[in-house]
Amino acid sequence: MPDLLIELFSEEIPAQMQRRAAEDLQKLVTDGLVTAGLTYAHAVSFSTPRRLTLALEGMLAASPAVVEDRKGPKADAPEKAIEGFLRGAGVTRDQLETRETPKGDVLFARIEKPGRPAAEIIAEVLEQTIRNFPWPKSMRWGDGALKWVRPLHSIIALITTEEGAEVVPMTVDGITAGRATQGHRFMAPGQITVSGFEDYEAKLKRAYVVLNPADRAETIWHDGTNLAFAQGLEVVEDQGLLAEVSGLVEWPVTLMGPIADDFLGLPPEVLQTSMREHQKFFSVKNPKTNRIEKFITVANRETADEGATILAGNEKVLSARLADAKFFWENDLRVAKADMNQWVQDLENVTFHSKLGTQAELIERMAVLARELAPLVGADPDEAEEAARLAKADLSSEMVYEFPELQGLMGSYYAKAAGKSDAVANAAKEHYAPLGPSDDVPTAPVSVAVALAEKIDKLTGFWAIDEKPTGSKDPYALRRAALGVIRILVENDLGLALDRFIDSQLVRNKGMAVPELDNGPIEEFVREIAEHGVFGAAFRTVMDRHEAGTTATAIRNIGEQVPDKSKNLLSFLHDRLKVYLRDQGVRHDIIDACIAMEGNDDLTLLVKRARALSETLNTDDGENLIQGFKRANNILSQAEEADGVEYSYGADVRFAETDEERALFHALDAAEAKITPAMARQDFTTAMSAMAALRAPIDAFFDAVQVNADNGTVRRNRLNLLSRIRSICTSVADLTKVEG
Amino acid sequence: MSQTTAAPRSFQAIILALQSYWASKGCAILQPYDMEVGAGTFHPATTLRSLGSRPWTAAYVQPSRRPTDGRYGENPNRLQHYYQYQVLIKPSPPDLQDLYLGSLEAIGIDMDLHDIRFVEDDWESPTLGAWGLGWEVWCDGMEVSQFTYFQQVGGHDCHPVSGELTYGLERLAMYVLGVDHVMDMPFNDPDAPIPLTYADVFKQTEEEYARWNFDTANTDVLLRQFEEAEAHCKAILDQPATDPKTGKRIIMAHPAYDQCIKASHMFNLLDARGVISVTERQAYIGRVRALAKMCADAFVDTRAGGRTEDAA
Repeated sequence: MPDLLIELFSEEIPAQMQRRAAEDLQKLVTDGLVTAGLTYAHAVSFSTPRRLTLALEGMLAASPAVVEDRKGPKADAPEKAIEGFLRGAGVTRDQLETRETPKGDVLFARIEKPGRPAAEIIAEVLEQTIRNFPWPKSMRWGDGALKWVRPLHSIIALITTEEGAEVVPMTVDGITAGRATQGHRFMAPGQITVSGFEDYEAKLKRAYVVLNPADRAETIWHDGTNLAFAQGLEVVEDQGLLAEVSGLVEWPVTLMGPIADDFLGLPPEVLQTSMREHQKFFSVKNPKTNRIEKFITVANRETADEGATILAGNEKVLSARLADAKFFWENDLRVAKADMNQWVQDLENVTFHSKLGTQAELIERMAVLARELAPLVGADPDEAEEAARLAKADLSSEMVYEFPELQGLMGSYYAKAAGKSDAVANAAKEHYAPLGPSDDVPTAPVSVAVALAEKIDKLTGFWAIDEKPTGSKDPYALRRAALGVIRILVENDLGLALDRFIDSQLVRNKGMAVPELDNGPIEEFVREIAEHGVFGAAFRTVMDRHEAGTTATAIRNIGEQVPDKSKNLLSFLHDRLKVYLRDQGVRHDIIDACIAMEGNDDLTLLVKRARALSETLNTDDGENLIQGFKRANNILSQAEEADGVEYSYGADVRFAETDEERALFHALDAAEAKITPAMARQDFTTAMSAMAALRAPIDAFFDAVQVNADNGTVRRNRLNLLSRIRSICTSVADLTKVEG
Repeated sequence: MSQTTAAPRSFQAIILALQSYWASKGCAILQPYDMEVGAGTFHPATTLRSLGSRPWTAAYVQPSRRPTDGRYGENPNRLQHYYQYQVLIKPSPPDLQDLYLGSLEAIGIDMDLHDIRFVEDDWESPTLGAWGLGWEVWCDGMEVSQFTYFQQVGGHDCHPVSGELTYGLERLAMYVLGVDHVMDMPFNDPDAPIPLTYADVFKQTEEEYARWNFDTANTDVLLRQFEEAEAHCKAILDQPATDPKTGKRIIMAHPAYDQCIKASHMFNLLDARGVISVTERQAYIGRVRALAKMCADAFVDTRAGGRTEDAA
């Protein structure tokens, strides 16, 4: 069976696009061939900076012939309709066949599609592929109309069989497919002609091109680690960089060079970032000192001087880059040591969001909130406030301007240099965390206070101005912020009722948009919220005090919107919590049953309740209890509806007629005696196992007892008994929400 | 390729080598545009001539000004006034990469010892409403040129596509000459009767302009000049196509474009004075882009812009 070799040879393809492009080439071509009936046994694709290559093995030499029966009009249809069918099917009248069908005699055409030779199909499919290639960005060149990622120079499309190789006859925008390509741009200039994939790969290698990017990556890593190892050093692993560098070279030559002593005092993250971002160098670390002392660069060629000139040039460029970094570092240190607050002041000129004020105002809100949160997370309020004020100061530093990805981290270095406490310094680098679902959450109390304040302020701020995430759009990463709040609280086991902080921070953020309100009335409002614990009473108190005038109007405008937004934000947090718990195997209906309970703004409590309920329901007793509970609840609800009363009180064991009924009375008394104190100390496990113990008596009760007895007193007593089941069970969680 | 050239020993020797190389490849060697521009791309020989269907080939040195980059002549690499070498060929020839590599050899870079790489870098000029795809060219890890295939200029699709090469001359020359601080670079031959360094020529002006750009340029005047240039540009383009005096069809695309360049430079100066806020910035850039687009619209309606003459 024939094999196929395709190569699309162009000017340098961006490294980041190569891998995907090779996959796309393989998919588009093979899909096209298979659709046309040309199957194959095996396909591989490769990329280098200048080429995309696809090789197929065991391809059919031609697509199989296909016979199709096409149904036409009825035999007695008008002549015009029949003629139209003949034209469409490409057959003549005498080739039609009349068949009986339930609808009468119908004409059928038997269309034989002969198989087509592979070359013909490949030419079509490859041209389509080239013309519709899904490059993230593509371009035209010269006076042509074809689009490719960079100018396309040549095409190999070669079918090989035991008899020899045959070029697929095709031309795309003036480029005629052939069997020639080029080797390394500098080390082996000129054309090479190939006869098939093996020959192609071997000749490329002789022409200093390693076709397989995985091989290039392996060479780079292998040679790099060897160079480092020989000097007792190790290469800092960086898979992203390795993939990128593999896409920048056809013939990787790994070279290691020193970092001048001048720069060894820079923080390792600065060295690493500068070298990676600007120069695409790997960092080489001394495992003894943990310092980055050398770099590894990957050249695209061998030279007579064994890379000496190349290495010297790279060292020089690196020195210039690091001189910049050192300049930033030293300038920043000077400012930080003098007064880091200068940076915060500079942020007065930087807009955070047009409706939420400047970065400096954001920091002010964060600082106030961090102070309020501090006692609840075990942090010192003064330290938390100071940490929050300084956490974003580094946004004004020169280093972060140059390397935005170092934000927070630089702040930590600068805060330490400025003599701040470790807690304050660490909060700068930790307050952005967690950045993703697998990122660590901060655990140090001051960091926790600042990280929570940052996220709660962000959420309330964007809620205040109605910029919530919709569908796939979440430009301010608010889902991530919400998950951050959840994880920080839950994973640190911090019980904290969020409601009042959400209300306060909404008031502060809404206040931003009202120029006639200064901080006075806003903070007065916030104090009242803290005082009353509930928003409504605080709002009324403030309104009573201001009765009339512009301040009153402004406060009213803010206050009226807070309850809705607060509720909405809390339910957003609950939605994110469902996602978080679902990933841990807790069902959404279980979470709903817990959200329906009081105190659902304490997420840690909510999670504990949900986990305990989930565990209980996973037991046999728990699962059956739900059935019993539902049965009790259904009978009760129906009776309540029919009778127009609520059965809630007065079940008396004296009216019990059967042992099972009496047993249930006792079981409920016993359960209640355990559940009430357990709930008071938030011991959900005990409460729920006590609840689950009701399963047997409830089942026995329903087996033996007819609730709707003829005797009205007995019936009422039994309904009141069911009501005890409902009230005891729903004191633990709203079991009506549980499915099953 | 001329292998006989002796290794250049001065800044000007590199410029001369580039001039004679590109002349030998058939480029029209133009002179710098006589206005303040931020980059060689602003020269009408690039911006306007990359539009329309007429073939074009030109190379020139362009003094360029970036007021915010001024460092009083103290930074080894940053200058508020520097030189770019610019090549524009339309349509881009299929061997443009090889032609470019030849120019590096012409200034003394030995291809057998150095590592030359084409690293993705897409070019966009928000003020010119222009973009293209290409690379920054690295020599041993150092960016020595920008290489761009223009796709759009002034909001117009480029048909055919121009290939644009831009060399940052100081940086390239420092690399070739092995100089670490731009001010130490020999400007003319070090053995000349009166040898001059880059500092001899430009140190004082860097100081003067840095002070003026950052601290003393009168922002009221700059702002007024920006607005005048903007209004002037529009007024020029509002003129009827037919010149009442000669009766000829004369669309004044170039004079209008001069005003666009002026507005752009005034914006750069205002920016350096720090009087433009982040939000205003976008608005100013948008205003300059609107001018550039109007000039491009006008130019494509001229002979040089590819307009085929009316039968009348």
